[in-house]
Amino acid sequence: MLETLLVNYEEAAAIILFGIGLTMLLFHRNLIKKLIGMNIMDTGTFLFLASMGYISGRKAPIITNGVTNVEAYINPVPAGLVLTGIVVSVSVTAVMLSLTIRLYRRYHTLNLDDVYILSKHQTEDR
Amino acid sequence: MNMIRNFPLFTIVLSLFSGVLCTMLKGKTAKYYTLIYECFLIVLVFFVLWYTYRTGDSFTYTMGEFPAPWGNEIRAGVLEATLALSFLIIIFCSVLGGWKFLVVDVDETKVNLYFTLINLLTAALMAMIWTNDIFTGYVFLEIMTLTSCGLMIVREIGRTTLAAVRYMILNLLGSGLFLLGVVLLYDITGHLLMVPMQENIATMAGTSAAMEPVTMSLGILTIGLSIKSGLFPFHFWMPDTYGWSTPTSASILSSIVSKAYIFLLFKIYYRCIGIEVFERLPIRKILFILGILGMIFGSISAIRKSSVNRMVAYSSAAQIGYIYMGIGIGGMMGYTAAMFHILVHAVTKSLLFLTTPRLAEVSGDSLLFKNLQGSAHRAKDAGIVFLLCSLSMVGIPIFAGFSSKLMFALSAAQADNMKILFFTMSALAISSVLNALYFLRTVIRIYTEGRGGADISAHKLYEEEKGIRGVAYDMEDDEEEEETTLSKMEFRIPAAILIGMNLFLGLFSWYTVDLIQKGLEMFP
Repeated sequence: MLETLLVNYEEAAAIILFGIGLTMLLFHRNLIKKLIGMNIMDTGTFLFLASMGYISGRKAPIITNGVTNVEAYINPVPAGLVLTGIVVSVSVTAVMLSLTIRLYRRYHTLNLDDVYILSKHQTEDR
Repeated sequence: MNMIRNFPLFTIVLSLFSGVLCTMLKGKTAKYYTLIYECFLIVLVFFVLWYTYRTGDSFTYTMGEFPAPWGNEIRAGVLEATLALSFLIIIFCSVLGGWKFLVVDVDETKVNLYFTLINLLTAALMAMIWTNDIFTGYVFLEIMTLTSCGLMIVREIGRTTLAAVRYMILNLLGSGLFLLGVVLLYDITGHLLMVPMQENIATMAGTSAAMEPVTMSLGILTIGLSIKSGLFPFHFWMPDTYGWSTPTSASILSSIVSKAYIFLLFKIYYRCIGIEVFERLPIRKILFILGILGMIFGSISAIRKSSVNRMVAYSSAAQIGYIYMGIGIGGMMGYTAAMFHILVHAVTKSLLFLTTPRLAEVSGDSLLFKNLQGSAHRAKDAGIVFLLCSLSMVGIPIFAGFSSKLMFALSAAQADNMKILFFTMSALAISSVLNALYFLRTVIRIYTEGRGGADISAHKLYEEEKGIRGVAYDMEDDEEEEETTLSKMEFRIPAAILIGMNLFLGLFSWYTVDLIQKGLEMFP
């Protein structure tokens, strides 16, 4: 069991990072820390993808010295996926940060529990 | 003929383009443009439906003509086209029916941006329906999450911001899990396109050791999407999200966005995993149980609410439970019932969210039951529409709700498993009684004469919340009196269309069932 983890240490690290991020996103009450957790979670996934795409002994998939043999290069698709994932993650973070600013301007706190209690004072109208 | 094969791609690309275009238009122009554009899309999708129904087979559009394992694909069949067509009609009706409240809730300078969001949401919806590539599904799923967050926060009050933050946190959790599931599946199968993925999984399906990782990654993926669509233990974000948004947003979010996630999940089961392999996995049973729990607990939560919008929102949680129960029952009939219920719920719930603010409007802008008393007499058309929708939700024959409940019962009977039959029947019975309890209670309340405990304080608080825009609202009241007929038509036309669809699904359900079954045959 431990041996498998040691051999696949990159994937193990990725999943641990994912777990840390997930827990932070779920259980932290501070909004900024939640966002940091979300970014750690995404990073874990990207690390997983990047380590899966890498085959040791091979080069980046850019043709050098006219070598067109497939065996010489690594799989370029995971790198492409990571890139797309980073773009998605950045835009989501930007939107969340702007939401955070708006929430802070209104309630003057970043603690979600406090915000919830404050918002309870508003009546249930339309 | 060959031109029609391009139409699914057009619906995605043109929607993205329209989104950009709307940023440059004025508010009202953007609205008319969006309405006309949605009609245009409806025509395009109708052609796709007609073409696939006539040829009796789905077609695949390869981007840039790169062949299967490398390129990105779009695939259109009867099922996809049916859903896309209904969803587009619902978006059209929601925009038209909620316009009156939109101009109040959204800052005047930002109205065109609202339509940018609507168009981007349409693009994401179309992409999620047509795509044949799981990673494209992920990207557009995130676009849909962002746009639906935007649709909520356009109404700038504290509660929507808080609701949006909670909604986003749960959705990001869901997206993260979905991404991890996709990555794991890609790692196991080596493909992102759904059909080659299914072929690889089919070869692995013989050995249980190879199926364990597949089951686990599929489980992660399922948890992700069920958080996003609001399956039972994850349904608590719904009332805030739907309750505080502007009516158009609430109607689109409840009827379309959550269904799009379910459809993507269903597509992954059917096309990535393969339905025979999926039926052997334990995930189906878990979905069945959670679906039933959702049906009951969603309804119980709905009974305890004092505001009509929150009640309707919790009833959404119950209806999502129905759909997952259908997937859990399995078999051709179970999947047909689940897909049919997606349509039924989308048609009914969108109209309910367009109706409740009209009842509130004549009750001092309050959605509380005590203030709503007699509102159906003050707003007659809204009262009738609410009554018809309630009857459909409860499951009275001739309405769509009855047909779908009947189909769930039939599919459980065909499942050849006494436990499934027993639990489905009991859940349907309990849920129908609970539905009747809270919907008919509301109907009786709004049809009871007199103004109940209507108080001005709720109205006042509403005005304070709006601040300066509250004054603008009063001024618009005078203008509105001149435009009463127009404003009434803005509600009556979408209401008539959606009620018509509801009755069509109820009275002539076999046409739709035939479409769905044909679609499912060509779906894998």
